[in-house]
Amino acid sequence: MKFGVVVFPGSNCDADSYHALKDVMGQEVEYIWHKEQNVDRFDCIILPGGFSYGDYLRCGAIARFSPVMDKVVKFADSGKPVIGICNGFQILTEAGLLPGVLTQNQSLKFICKMVSIRIENTNTPFTELCSKKQVLKIPIAHGDGNYYVDKDTLKEMEKNGQILFRYCDNDGETSEKANPNGSIENIAGICNQQGNVIGMMPHPERAVDRALGSEDGKTLFASVIHYLERSSVYDSL
Amino acid sequence: MFKVKIHVVPKKSIADPQGSAVKDALGTIGFSGIEELRIGKIVEIKLDVSNRKNAEIMIEEMCEKLIVNPLIEEYSFEFVEESI
Amino acid sequence: MTLYEMVGLTSDEYELIVELLGREPNELELNMYGVMWSEHCSYKHSRSLLKEFPTSGTHVLQGPGENAGIVDIGNGLAIAMKIESHNHPSAIEPYQGAATGVGGIIRDIFTMGARPIALLNSLRFGNLDDRHTRYLFEKVVQGIGDYGNCVGIPTVGGEVCFNNCYKENPLVNAMCVGLIKTGNIKKGTATGIGNPVMLVGSTTGRDGMGGASFASVELSNQSLEKRSAVQVGDPFMEKLLLEACLELFETDSVVGIQDLGAAGLTSACSETASRGNSGIDLDVAFVPKREEGMSPVEVMISESQERMLVIVKKGNEAEVERIFNKWGLHSVVIGHVTGDKMLTVRENGTIVAQVPAKSLAEAPVTHTESKVPSYLKELVKLESRAIPIPENMNEVLLKLLASPNITSKEWVYQQYDYMVRTNTVVTPGSDAAVISIRGTNKAIALTTDCNGRYCFLNPKIGSAISVAEAARNLVCTGAKPLAITDGLNFGNPESPEVFWQFEQAVKGISEACQILGIPVISGNVSFYNESESNAIYPTPIIGMAGLIENRSHITTPGFKNKGDVIVLIGENKEELGGSEYLKVIHGLEKGEVPQLDLEVERRVQAFCLECIADGLVKSAHDCSDGGLAVALAESCISGNIGAELHVNKTMRTDALLFGESQSRIIISIDAELLPTIIEKAHTKNLAYEVLGTVTGQALRIYVNDRLEIDTPLERIRQAWREALKCAMGK
Repeated sequence: MKFGVVVFPGSNCDADSYHALKDVMGQEVEYIWHKEQNVDRFDCIILPGGFSYGDYLRCGAIARFSPVMDKVVKFADSGKPVIGICNGFQILTEAGLLPGVLTQNQSLKFICKMVSIRIENTNTPFTELCSKKQVLKIPIAHGDGNYYVDKDTLKEMEKNGQILFRYCDNDGETSEKANPNGSIENIAGICNQQGNVIGMMPHPERAVDRALGSEDGKTLFASVIHYLERSSVYDSL
Repeated sequence: MFKVKIHVVPKKSIADPQGSAVKDALGTIGFSGIEELRIGKIVEIKLDVSNRKNAEIMIEEMCEKLIVNPLIEEYSFEFVEESI
Repeated sequence: MTLYEMVGLTSDEYELIVELLGREPNELELNMYGVMWSEHCSYKHSRSLLKEFPTSGTHVLQGPGENAGIVDIGNGLAIAMKIESHNHPSAIEPYQGAATGVGGIIRDIFTMGARPIALLNSLRFGNLDDRHTRYLFEKVVQGIGDYGNCVGIPTVGGEVCFNNCYKENPLVNAMCVGLIKTGNIKKGTATGIGNPVMLVGSTTGRDGMGGASFASVELSNQSLEKRSAVQVGDPFMEKLLLEACLELFETDSVVGIQDLGAAGLTSACSETASRGNSGIDLDVAFVPKREEGMSPVEVMISESQERMLVIVKKGNEAEVERIFNKWGLHSVVIGHVTGDKMLTVRENGTIVAQVPAKSLAEAPVTHTESKVPSYLKELVKLESRAIPIPENMNEVLLKLLASPNITSKEWVYQQYDYMVRTNTVVTPGSDAAVISIRGTNKAIALTTDCNGRYCFLNPKIGSAISVAEAARNLVCTGAKPLAITDGLNFGNPESPEVFWQFEQAVKGISEACQILGIPVISGNVSFYNESESNAIYPTPIIGMAGLIENRSHITTPGFKNKGDVIVLIGENKEELGGSEYLKVIHGLEKGEVPQLDLEVERRVQAFCLECIADGLVKSAHDCSDGGLAVALAESCISGNIGAELHVNKTMRTDALLFGESQSRIIISIDAELLPTIIEKAHTKNLAYEVLGTVTGQALRIYVNDRLEIDTPLERIRQAWREALKCAMGK
C-alpha cells in the first residue's frame, strides 16, 4: 500500500501524518508536492492539516487551485480513498469534493484540546474497523471548524450515511456542551456519497501514541489499510 | 433612518499579507495585470438618528473607538439609504 | 534639536563618530549609527554587566553573541534556544506586536540551522479588572496563537502574571527552542571576499520605522505620515522562509546567515561583517521594495518582517534562487563581501554611506550610576503581628486558587496549538512542558520563570529565586537543567535606582547559575519599560531547558494512586514576605523575600532527580506561589484524587500553609518505598517531612492536629479552573 501526503505551501501537519503512517502504521508513504502532476502511484491520498496559503481569504480557498488538486479530484472520482484532515477537510469542501463549509468557531477563538467523537457510519474505508457508536478520543486544533450545511443537504447526507463523526461526551452523548465549535448537529467529520472521500476536523495522526494521550486515531488508519488490502485482494482475483 | 456602509482597509504603509497572498494566487491561476490588491472589510450599519450630520458624527466616533484600528487601518463610509 | 539628537545620539557619541570617521557623518550614516547605537541594538547600558554570567560548560556549543545559544544533548543532536522581548510593540498594537515577537524569535532559531520545535511565552499584564488590560491580554494571546499555530510550531508553555505595575507596560517575552544536528550549526558571519550577499524572503516596506531609535530630517512630512511604527506579521511567509532556509542548509551554499530584526539591513550587514572581520558593499537599488520612492535611509533601517540576509558561496547563487523560487520567495543579490571592513551602501552604484562595520556593531559602553532605591527600606519592613491570621483557611485556599496568578491558564493555552509536531508529552499546565526527541529515548523539558514581586523587594535574591525555581520546575519533570536564556525586563537604566536593580539582578542570576551549574547561553535586555507613573517591577525572566535521558523518567505533578505517601523534600519556614497570600488576602506587597540557600537548593534538586532516576517517584511538584497548600491542591486537581495530610510545626498557620519558602518539592511515592526515601534523605543530610497519603475526593490538611483545610476536590477544581475564564467573560 502506498500513501501520499500532499504538501501545500503552509501545510504543517504533513510531517505528523507521514510519521503516523510510516513509523506507527508501518506503511509506505511519500510526500506529494502541490505542483505534482501525477498521483497514479498512490493507493490513498491525505490532505494534511495546517494553514495552506496562510488560510488567507478563506481556509482552503487558494490551496484548492494548486495544480495537484485536479489530479486529486480525478483520483477521488476513480473511487480511491482520499482523506482531508482539518485544513485538508477545508480544502475538500472548497474544491467541491465534500458538501458544506467550515466557518469560524463559535467562540471566535482557536481551540486546541482533546475531544471525544462518536462513529456514525462504519461502512467507509476509514471506519470499517470501528464499531457503531464507538467513542474515540482524538484532539482538535483549529480556528475554523464550525461545520455548516443547509438543511436539505444535511437531510440528504444523513439519509446517505455521510455523517461519519459527531462530537460527543465521554459517554457518547452528542450534547451541546460536547460541541467545541458550534458545528451543526455536532458534526466532526463527513464523507461524500460514494464514501471514499472523507473530511474530518479532529487530527487522527495526533492520536497514535499513548504517551501523547490517545492512540484511537490508529483505528482509522488501520481501517483504511484493511480496506485497501481487501480491495487489492479483489483486484487480483 | 440611515443605512451606511463603512469600508475598512489596511493602510498603504502597512503590510497586507492576506492581500499579497491572494494577489499572487490570482496570478498563478491566470489573471494578469493585477497592480495592487488589498483586503479589508465592510461594515453595514442601520442607524436610527434624526439627521445626516449626527449620523456622520456617530459613524466617525464608532470607527475611531472600535471598528477601525487607526494604527494599521483607514476607513471611508457611504450612505446607501436614507429614509426619514 | 540637533541632527544627532533626532536620531537618539548624545553629543559625546556624535563626537566619537566624527573621530572614528575623520569627518562628519552624512544623514544616512547618522541614521545607521542612531539605530545601531540605540540601547535596543547595542546593549550599551548592560553589556559590561552581562559579562558576569557564567556562559560556558562542556555541553555548550554556542554561547551568547550569536542569534541563539546552543547546547549538546547527545546522539549528535543539540538544541538552540533564545528568548526575546516585544514589549513596546505589544503595548501599541497587541495583536501584531505579540505576533511579530513570535516571528522574530522563530527566525533567530532557524537562522542557526535548527528546526524550531517549541515556543514558550512569558507574559505580564496589569490587573484584569481594567478593561484595557483585558483587551491587551486577549489580543496578545491571539497574536501569539495565530502566528505560532500557522507556522506549525507548538506553543507548549510559559507563564502569565498580573500586577498593576505592568498596566501601561505589558511584557511579552517569546522563547523558541530548536533542534539541530551538532555538525549543521550556521552562524551570522560574512566571510570570503567576493562572496555574494543575498536578501531573501519578504519585500521591504516602510513599516517598523517609528521605533524609539528612529527619527530623521530626511523624511518629509508626507513620508512621515506614511511611515509606521507597526510591523505586520505574515506567518505564512515565515513558514515558507523557514522551510526554504532549512532546505538551503542541506546544500553546501551558505557561508553565513542572519535574520533581519531591529534596525533591519543596517544591523544584519554590520553584524555579519563585524563577526567575520570583513566588510559588505551593497546597493539599495537591488532591494525588492513594497512601496515606491523609498529613500536609502528607509531601506537601510526598515524593520519589515520575514526577511533574511544570506552570505552565499560565490557561484552558488543559482542554487539559492532555485530553492527560494520553489517556495515562492524572493532571493536577490544585493551586494558582496569585501576585505576593507567597511559597510558600504550604494544607490544605483553611487556610494551613499561608508563606515567601518565594527563601529556600527560595537557601540561604546555607557556607564551609569547606581543607587539603592529609597522605596526599599520601608517596603521590606513587615510587622507580622499586625497581620491577622484568618479564621477560615478553606476560604483562603479557594481565594488563592482563583487568584489570576495561580489559577489555571487553560483559557490561554487552549488558543495555542500545543500538540502539532506530535512530540508534546507533557502539555501546558504542569511545572514544565516536556517534548520528546524523536529517534532517541530522550526528551527535553522547558519552562520560564520569574517572580517580579520578589525582584522588586530584593532584586538579587528575587532573581536568584527565578533561576532556582526554573531549575526546580525542570527537575520535577525528571530533567537535568542544561542552560538558560534570560529576558531581562527593567525600567529606564538612566535612573540610578533602576540601574541598581539591574546590577543586583545580574548578580543574583550569576550566583545562582554558578552554584547550580547552569550556564546562560543567550538572552535579551529590555529597558525603558516605564510610564510616567511608574517603572515595572524588575522582571528578569529565566527561560530554561533541561534534558531527560530516559523518557520513562518523565514525572508529572498529579497524585497517582490511593495509598501513595506524600513527602515534602525541604523545609517549611515562617516566611510570608512577598507572598501571593499577603497580596491576595491582605493587600500587601512587602516584606523580606524568602531566604534562598543555593547550596541547599542544589542538594534538594539533586536528591529529587536521583529519586526520579531510581524510579521511586510517582509525582513531583514544585512548591511556589501560594505555598504548601496550593501546591498540594494542584497535585490533587491534576491527579483527580484527594489527599489527607498532617503538618506539624510551631509557627503561624497561615505561614505554614501559604508561605513561600524556597527549596521545597512535594513528591508522592509508593508506601513501600518510604523507608528507602527516608534513608536516602538521611544519607544526604536533607530535611524532609512525611505529610500524609493520597486518598479520597477531598483535600484535608491538619496543622498541629487541627483540621484547618477540608474542601471537596470538586470545589477546589472549580475555583482553580474557572477564574480566568470568568474574568475574561467566557
